[in-house]
Amino acid sequence: MADYKNEFGFFAERPKVEKKIFDRNKVIVGVVIFLAMITIPLWHNLGKTVAAPAPKLDTPAIQKLAEKDKKCVMPKEWMRANHMQMLVDWRDNVVRTKEQNVTTSRGREFVAPDGKQYLASLTNTCMECHSNKAQFCDQCHNYVAVAPNCWGCHLETGKKLVEAK
Amino acid sequence: MGIDRREFIRIAGLSTLLGLGGKGAFELLAPGRVEAEIIPTPGSMQAKRWAMVINQKKLYDATAQQCAAACHRVHNVPDFINPPDDKLKLNPAVAHRYQIKWLWTEHFHNAFPGDAPPHLAEKVEHMPFLVLCNHCANPPCVRVCPTKATFQREDGIVMMDMHRCIGCRFCMAGCPFGARSFNWRDPRPYVKEQYPGYPTREIGVVEKCTFCAERLAQGLQPACVEASGGAMVFGDLEDEKSQVREYLRKYFTIRRKAHLGTNPQVYYIV
Amino acid sequence: MLEKALVGTKRYYGLLAILAGLFALGFLFYLKQLNVGLGITGMGRDVSWGLYISQFTYLVGVAASAVMVVLPYYLHNYKAFGRVTILGEFLAVAAVSMCVTFVLVDMGRPDRVFNVFKYPTPGSVMFWDIIVLNGYLVLNILIGWNVLECERHSMAPPKWVKFLSYVSIPWAVSIHTVTAFLYAGLPGRGYWLTAILAPRFLSSAFAAGPALLILLCLLVRKYSKFDPGKEQIQTLAKVVTYATLINVFFFFCEVFTVFYSQLPDHMAHFQYLFVGLDGKGQLVPLMWFSIVGMTLAALFLVNPKLRKNECTLAALCGLVIITTWLDKGLGLMTGGFVPNPMEQVTEYWPTAPEAIISLGVWAMGFLILTLLYKIAVSIKEEIKS
Repeated sequence: MADYKNEFGFFAERPKVEKKIFDRNKVIVGVVIFLAMITIPLWHNLGKTVAAPAPKLDTPAIQKLAEKDKKCVMPKEWMRANHMQMLVDWRDNVVRTKEQNVTTSRGREFVAPDGKQYLASLTNTCMECHSNKAQFCDQCHNYVAVAPNCWGCHLETGKKLVEAK
Repeated sequence: MGIDRREFIRIAGLSTLLGLGGKGAFELLAPGRVEAEIIPTPGSMQAKRWAMVINQKKLYDATAQQCAAACHRVHNVPDFINPPDDKLKLNPAVAHRYQIKWLWTEHFHNAFPGDAPPHLAEKVEHMPFLVLCNHCANPPCVRVCPTKATFQREDGIVMMDMHRCIGCRFCMAGCPFGARSFNWRDPRPYVKEQYPGYPTREIGVVEKCTFCAERLAQGLQPACVEASGGAMVFGDLEDEKSQVREYLRKYFTIRRKAHLGTNPQVYYIV
Repeated sequence: MLEKALVGTKRYYGLLAILAGLFALGFLFYLKQLNVGLGITGMGRDVSWGLYISQFTYLVGVAASAVMVVLPYYLHNYKAFGRVTILGEFLAVAAVSMCVTFVLVDMGRPDRVFNVFKYPTPGSVMFWDIIVLNGYLVLNILIGWNVLECERHSMAPPKWVKFLSYVSIPWAVSIHTVTAFLYAGLPGRGYWLTAILAPRFLSSAFAAGPALLILLCLLVRKYSKFDPGKEQIQTLAKVVTYATLINVFFFFCEVFTVFYSQLPDHMAHFQYLFVGLDGKGQLVPLMWFSIVGMTLAALFLVNPKLRKNECTLAALCGLVIITTWLDKGLGLMTGGFVPNPMEQVTEYWPTAPEAIISLGVWAMGFLILTLLYKIAVSIKEEIKS
């Protein structure tokens, strides 16, 4: 332990303290309790199983689609990994442009890599096909314990804006 | 173990900072964003400067109420004064505090305070003036927003980003027209009929008229303009051939609190 | 030095328990507010800022007033204040903590508070307010802690602490000026749209803050072995006197400008506060008490005999605190929003949950203050012995 000789630019000596742990037993008990509590997620559920998520795609809207059209706006594997990123991108482009300094909406049509255009809207595009939130979206979300609060504002069911006039 | 309290706290603090900082750095340097291709809907309405002219001479009480009702319907604006369910009924003073209105009517004295001469023409005294956000060209509300949750678009619309709003209500204090409302409680139970084309809001964010930006993007006129039967006109102020410019050439118009310099873009033909 | 806060008399523990209990109660009600929304307060579409923001405004003033003890000591070598600078700095820490908490409590979406840092907006006064407030908190913690620790070990504070002390002087003025600028730049709010708002904020801050500091010094002298000193308290009393006089004068200036010019937009707010408008005037008696009480307090404080007698001084300081609180705490907010931009009167009164949450935040602040003061006073006692 260095003396605080130079810390204040003054010559000062810290009083010499005998180095030991005070209340050693209480500290050890406390540390053990802390370790037990912090590792609860690891050992509390030992032996229990949770069913794997089973998102269902059998909504009326999806079943109406022709076989070749039964696909999402982006490929399934890509969506599984990036749907949140895509929704955030849609949001940033529709409400405000991605770059924070440009202040207008870029538009509302999403152009998929295969050239098809979709309205960039959670309720009116995604939820149109996936109208079974509890059997689809919630399945994986509950499994990984995430609670996206999109549906606090965005409605679960929608119709195309023009049709609903 | 030879460590004293000061050293221990120093090491603990540094490791916490490094841990948190590491997470932060990871997020900052994380794999890049999705390059989404978003383009305007074909037929969407574009303008250099959106503006509205309200011909009060053609606006009757019933029409004005219809305009307000149309706006509130297509935007899922909750009704606290006449809730859809009797169980939700509130004390009138409380309902008055919670009320959310994007478009509503006021009398001349309230819409244009200080501008009413004594012995005001009877017709004007009883006119239902439709008031809403003026989408000012020099908006004080945009100036004061600490997160740019309310911002001015290039086409003049003062937009609301409900995702970013922190609910500080500085914009409400800044608006000289009282055009903004806040969600003091969960609005969904008070929405009469959920309109699927637009979200509702959550508690804790500010909302106001957005000149129906979502409808303009689809090539539609704002809901109130459609319901007004010609009494309201909406268009591009910078386009000399637009209807708003035609009206402004033909009629003398007044604006609310024009002397404050916010440059409101809603013009009234009285 | 933290260990000094952990040991004390039974009375000390009792005080901590009461404050912690009030804080816990306020916290429970805050959880309800998070759940139900800010609608459990008395605020509404017309009066959209209320008790929380007014407390924040008042406490920024109290925090800024620490400069009144720091400035004479560091800039003008008024050695006597050496005993009380730490008390002023720790009061500032407690006050700023309360300010930040009141802002958080007032936010509709506190879960999004980091948006302010993710999307900085230098054009917004609120952005700067958050920066200067947090900066002042850090400044005072650093300065107070280090100076106290150096004092304990009988050494001069290092140069960087002294430098920060000098920085804290204009910073203190800036925190309250920036807070005043939140209000003074809004074109639609006639009651606040006055150049004298920032000076008025400062004058009422320098009246209320040192008055509170005097009361705290008297309490410290009574309940501990550390005596802040008669001379120190008398100098603070002189500060309170001048500041209160200036505050009353500034108010008179405002009334003159508004009523001599007869501008309806600006008169309407004063009319609501002092005579009522549209038959509504629940604040009228409180506002008259505030301004008359403040004037009387200022005039009485001019009398040196009343200042020298510490009983009357304490009473007058209490009066100053109450009247400035009514002026800044209730009058400022409601006066600004009533009548609304459509010239309609919607009155505002805090609800019980709102008041309990506010009380909880005050309790938190006083809890911090008690702990910090215990440390400071114990160190001072230790040095003396």
